[in-house]
Amino acid sequence: MAIDARQIGEERQRKEIRDRWLLSAPALFLIVAASVGPLAIVVLYSFLAPGNYGDVKWAFSTEGWFNVFLSRDIFDGTVSLADAHFSIIWRSVKLAFITTLLCLIFGFPTAYFIATRTPHTRSLWLFLVTIPFWTNMLIRAFAIQEAIRSEGIVNTVLMTLGLISTPIQMLFTDFAVLLGMTYVFLPLMVLPLYASLEKLDFRLVEAGYDLYASRFGVLTRIVVPMVRPGIVAGSILVFVPALSSYVIPRVLGGGKALMIGNLIELQFGQGRNWPLGAALSVALVVVVLFVLLFYVRNTGKSGGGAHG
Amino acid sequence: MARPFSIKRQPGFATIAMLCFFLLYLPIATLVVYAFNAGVSIAVWEGFSFRWFESAWNNAQVIEASWRSLKIAASAAVIATTCATLAALATTRTAPYRGLTFKYSIINMPLLVPEIVTAVALLILFSRIKVWTGYSGLGYLILAHSAFCVPFAYLPIRARLESMDLSLERAAADLYASPFQTFRHVTLPLLWPGILAGLMLAFVISLDDVVITEFVKSGGQDTLPTYMLGQLRRVVTPEMNAISTVFLVLSLAIVTLFFFLSRNPQKQKT
Repeated sequence: MAIDARQIGEERQRKEIRDRWLLSAPALFLIVAASVGPLAIVVLYSFLAPGNYGDVKWAFSTEGWFNVFLSRDIFDGTVSLADAHFSIIWRSVKLAFITTLLCLIFGFPTAYFIATRTPHTRSLWLFLVTIPFWTNMLIRAFAIQEAIRSEGIVNTVLMTLGLISTPIQMLFTDFAVLLGMTYVFLPLMVLPLYASLEKLDFRLVEAGYDLYASRFGVLTRIVVPMVRPGIVAGSILVFVPALSSYVIPRVLGGGKALMIGNLIELQFGQGRNWPLGAALSVALVVVVLFVLLFYVRNTGKSGGGAHG
Repeated sequence: MARPFSIKRQPGFATIAMLCFFLLYLPIATLVVYAFNAGVSIAVWEGFSFRWFESAWNNAQVIEASWRSLKIAASAAVIATTCATLAALATTRTAPYRGLTFKYSIINMPLLVPEIVTAVALLILFSRIKVWTGYSGLGYLILAHSAFCVPFAYLPIRARLESMDLSLERAAADLYASPFQTFRHVTLPLLWPGILAGLMLAFVISLDDVVITEFVKSGGQDTLPTYMLGQLRRVVTPEMNAISTVFLVLSLAIVTLFFFLSRNPQKQKT
């Protein structure tokens, strides 16, 4: 009898799990078919030879990967480092990193400010952070473009104040891209930071003051270590999309301050070197996955890491 | 110095926060103001006028691209939300089972893969399919948008489901309701705000997309964002500001609605 009951229970459980697979099938299929699955094709293409007018020839070739790092002279076949690619990849990493840092510097106080409001006003402040986040990224990039143009508001104000006599060329520089990315990704930093700070137990802060800690001491030795998961999450959320930015460098960097995303696009457009573009794409995904892996490992350990 | 000691205060933080809020809104505000400029400049104010809204309204390309955007976003939002609702029902309120983590990672995957890479992958895949089938309609864009909208639609629905305990469903089952009846009369009405929130989120995300659309679209399939991206290369008039302003207002309306729908259900009761 007891065995029968258990069998029925197992039977029912098995049916439930099967139903749950059926229910999730459409979503899984959709994502695999039109988002994740095609990545396999990109990996495949990175090992094929480029066609004459875009697309590929169906022949195995490592030329795409070769071209990521090296370039071969068209005339004498000498091999040298692909400086142009290196400088663009390096710029991407550098800009993404500085953007993350800037977002942290501005985002942390903002998140702290919101988290220390009364519960009712908190949601209002939070809503204010979220609004720009939900406005089209292109429109925000365009807004920054207008602001920093030679005849834009920033230059106009500076000239009216007499601080400069001729407009500063800000558009189409690394600075413009940096500004745009910080502007666009700041909410991505503030939101996870806020989520961590909101849970912060201020009795610990009080205990710190009771033990004669300074405000700065409390901040660096109690608050920051306690919200470390939020800091890491926010940094990842900013770094990853910043590294793979395409729209912002296109709108604010012009043709001058390219990033990896634009380099990839070039290979599928004017460059007509699809294997190279595919190889660059795979490389980008690998970097992103490494960063995310680091995040997962880091948050896994953070439970015991707060002692000091 | 006279201020009472507050354990929560950190010097300078409020100032930086205020600066952040100011800087977050300044460029957008300027953009909106110059949409009403009477002159052709986007930086020199020449008086108030609606002329650029009129000119955008009379611009056939803009209207056509807007319609296309709305059509794609509506289709993609419905498809993505339907799939996401089913997936959320399948992945919440259960003891962990084999494959659950796999499902989570697949559903969240579109958030992790850089958009430009997905765009390239779809460009390669769809250009092949276009050659094979000869079909080059909006279907590709709708399919691509539906896929990357799933995780966004999934989030609020899952959150809502997790805040609903199973007691009501159990009660329904005890009263001999069939599983479908339970779903139709108990689960669905309770879940509805989450579904609507997911729908709106998916709609806005689809409406905003530039990168994937730019790569997947066939000739003459500009959506509003890709049209704008193309225009930014030329000399920009306040017509762009006018289009942006309308776009902004639309997004904000939807997001505000989303915000109210996805508020914590516990708070709504009191």
